Amino acid sequence: MKRRDFVRSSALAAGGVALVRTPPGRAAAQGPPFKPASRLPSVDPATRDLLLEALDAATSAGAQYADARVGLYLDQRVGTREEKVTNVSEESSLGLGVRALVNGSWGFAASNELSRAAAARAGRAAAATGAANARAVRSPVALAPVESYGEVGWSSDYEIDPWTVPLGDKAEYLLGLNRTALATKGVSFVNSSLHFVKIEATSATSEGTIAAQRIIRTNPSMSITAVAPDRSDFQTRGAVLDPVGRGWEFVRSRMTTGAVEVWASEAVQKLSAVPVEPGAYDLVLHPSHLWLTIHESIGHPTELDRALGYEANYAGTSFLAPPSEVLGRLRYGPDFMQIVGERTSPGGLASIGWDEEGVKAEEWPIVKDGIFVDYQTTREQAAWISDLTGITHSHGCSHCQSWEHIPFQRMPNMNLLPAEEEISEEDLISATDDGIYIESRGSYSIDQQRYNFQFGGQVFWEIKDGKKTRMLRDVAYQARTTDFWNAMDMIGGPRTYQVGGSFYDGKGQPGQVNAVSHGCPVARFRQIRVLNTGAGGRG
Amino acid sequence: METIRRRDAIRRAVRGRGLSPADRLSPPEQAFGLTEEQARDLAHRILSRSGADGLEVELESGRRSNTRYAVNRVTTAGSSDDLSVRITARFGNRAATVTTNRFDDESLTAAVRGAERLARLAPENDERMPLLGRQTYAEAPGYYASTADLDAASRAGVAASAISAARESGGLDAAGFLECSAGSTALANSAGLFAFHAATDFDYSVTMRTDDGTGSGWAGSGGRQWAGVDSEALHARAIEKAVLSRDPRPLEPGKYPVVLEPRAVADLVELLAFSLSARAADEGRSAFAAGGGGTRIGEQIVDSRVTLLSDPVEMGAAPFSSPVGFGGGFVSDDNGLPLGQQVWIEDGVLKSLFYSRYWAERQGVRPVGFPSTLIMQGEDRSLEELIASTERAVLVTRLWYIRSIDPRTVAFTGLTRDGNFLIEGGRISHPVNNFRWNDSPLSVLSHLEALSRPERVSVTRKVPALRAGEFNFSSVSEAV
Repeated sequence: MKRRDFVRSSALAAGGVALVRTPPGRAAAQGPPFKPASRLPSVDPATRDLLLEALDAATSAGAQYADARVGLYLDQRVGTREEKVTNVSEESSLGLGVRALVNGSWGFAASNELSRAAAARAGRAAAATGAANARAVRSPVALAPVESYGEVGWSSDYEIDPWTVPLGDKAEYLLGLNRTALATKGVSFVNSSLHFVKIEATSATSEGTIAAQRIIRTNPSMSITAVAPDRSDFQTRGAVLDPVGRGWEFVRSRMTTGAVEVWASEAVQKLSAVPVEPGAYDLVLHPSHLWLTIHESIGHPTELDRALGYEANYAGTSFLAPPSEVLGRLRYGPDFMQIVGERTSPGGLASIGWDEEGVKAEEWPIVKDGIFVDYQTTREQAAWISDLTGITHSHGCSHCQSWEHIPFQRMPNMNLLPAEEEISEEDLISATDDGIYIESRGSYSIDQQRYNFQFGGQVFWEIKDGKKTRMLRDVAYQARTTDFWNAMDMIGGPRTYQVGGSFYDGKGQPGQVNAVSHGCPVARFRQIRVLNTGAGGRG
Repeated sequence: METIRRRDAIRRAVRGRGLSPADRLSPPEQAFGLTEEQARDLAHRILSRSGADGLEVELESGRRSNTRYAVNRVTTAGSSDDLSVRITARFGNRAATVTTNRFDDESLTAAVRGAERLARLAPENDERMPLLGRQTYAEAPGYYASTADLDAASRAGVAASAISAARESGGLDAAGFLECSAGSTALANSAGLFAFHAATDFDYSVTMRTDDGTGSGWAGSGGRQWAGVDSEALHARAIEKAVLSRDPRPLEPGKYPVVLEPRAVADLVELLAFSLSARAADEGRSAFAAGGGGTRIGEQIVDSRVTLLSDPVEMGAAPFSSPVGFGGGFVSDDNGLPLGQQVWIEDGVLKSLFYSRYWAERQGVRPVGFPSTLIMQGEDRSLEELIASTERAVLVTRLWYIRSIDPRTVAFTGLTRDGNFLIEGGRISHPVNNFRWNDSPLSVLSHLEALSRPERVSVTRKVPALRAGEFNFSSVSEAV
């Protein structure tokens, strides 16, 4: 079966999804800063010709605006299982996509063929599709103004390009870590893998910006399974690390022998963990877990297209609607809650120089002092709320998965800022009488308006009288989005701030994935409903 | 309107062989994707370049097109043409894969050399099986001109009809998506295997929402053949559900009898597919692992009216295992393994699990391919008759955001969506709020009470509606 058939036909297809971000005005939280290896790409003359040909064909065929991109998308994967390498692969895809706005309506065409004739055909086809759609349009699309930047370049902030490291070295690196995991008594299985992405893309708009950009992303993963001696149970420690917009140096510094020893021992401990007693608990959520709750319960509902019904047939709508009733009015959480959207953080998965519409990356507040103040926007969307926000420009959230996908609004990096004072994780735990501490992402599910969610995790510890006591299992918590965030009563300081993220945030039809990062400190939430997911989840 | 011709790219791809591709476009109705002849020629062009012990070539080609509408307007539409190849080189037990969409001589040579280079780097894998040789496959016709011919103007016409219906119904917003593809998949290797399948597919869904935000209705269909799809009937069904679901009444969470419509049944039953791994069961990592070792094959696992099978011929799907589209690094020794009708659960008894060639050899059984299609058998009654025979149950249109919470019991969590109603005395009495549910398809199928006739709900799924005595709704979802 084709993967896309399975995904498309399935309700599993719902959109879902560590690095260091320096919160504004605060020091880097973790480890030494990575040195940038900025080798800024420049616009290749042959690529420029193709893009201009496509834009010219689209505008000559009636488009009032067009954008186009030529991109080379590289993926490299190494996967292992126990002492075996299960796969080694490289993928590359090169092509051109053109989007045209005709009579206020969008059309798109893409081809893997790279010639001036093919570029012109794609430009005309995009314009023709736009014209065909204009019959089903009431109000024409209007684009927010943007500066013309000319030819510009941008690169991810990485130290070692993963493509310069031999694949054999990568495989050996993983096999060495597998040996470490298997040396732990009780561990029966281990899977580990590395997935690297490199994108060399040049985008152009009919308004005079051509941006050559290089994106490097790294996704290390490992899952360690312990099976009970009598086969009555098995437990897995997975989701050990999250992807980042950095290079090979991230693997070397974070996927270490010492770290694997901890994860392996957690897998074994999970076998003897105590089933959680359902009830209300105070939750202390580690950043390796909390980032996904931010993604699902703040990231998705603040997509403006979604709030206005553009995703109604797929991912759903949003409780943050209509904008006139929630912007500047809705209390998301406590006064100290600050959420920012940004595409500028070094190492951020959604970080970029210029978006697909030629808008320069920026940072802006989404939740300020606990109040919801702004959405994520593209140029088409900015004017929909500018009378409410006073902001007339796009926040630069136009993105497409590859040359063959239509650009649309996608999530930027979104972060919960830490407290200004140095509050430690220990401070949160010692202030908690009856709670549960949760690390890393587990199962997650949220409804189509982002009210009701349920999250699991990887490692759960009981907190009694200010101390982590014993490991728990089968824990999931359910809550209503704004109840949950308003129950947040403590957050850690800059030293507890960490960044998580995903390669696979899904949205749109046809589905496109987007890589996105979320930074946050450790945080505590009072009296959240916890259930036991054992016994078929029916308990 | 769509002026990029797939054939142009095909002509260039096969030019190296001096063919006249137009003569070889047969059957003539296959307008997109490589034909069997073209695929065979291109595969041989690639296979002949390698000095590896073994080489596998997987070609995927064709056009994907879509039109999307929301808030009563077309929002995006477009099409994309591509031809890509996955090349897997082997040296003994070492193997690696390179994927590219460039087909000039220089790029192909570079890709083959790249795969060989990576394969030499890849450490030994003693689970590697030798390449499959020549195989015989069933005929599984799946290419339909009515789907391949759905151009931008035709798709915009479907969107316009949904939008008109929404406006005429007063105060409704239409959002929908029509996607179609036409093309082919081919596999070839240096041991003489060649497999080819040309197919079209479509997926159409529509959501209608009331302007007060309290009602939402969904309808959809999927398959290989667009001809015969009554899109206006789907629009009418979504409108009816939206209007009926307005102002839902509160219903407490708890365990309720349910009637699941076919889409919801497909959402639930397909969760079993990945659990049907024989290896995971043998290794004690699955719900189908027997307590004392081995698997639960032969055990009654659900109600005796449940029969679940795969059948690529009936579904027009590729009659062979193929990793194309799975993405990236999945080097499988099962590529090209013939797929026929395969029964997984019969009369409630677990009959089979899927076995890779490696695991099959180790266990001394024949290999069984992954369930790429799923068909669940039903009983001879309509959904309406099923509802009429129901005293009290929650009627569920579809499920959403489903995630695993416990692989040991195949337990999942998810939500209901786009039409949740209470049935009382054999009729829909009123809409109710949506729920989060936590349950296992094995539990639902064990509480089975009745089935309807199966219907095609997507390109790879054909299932009935069902009534089950118990479904665990764990909390209320305010979402509409």
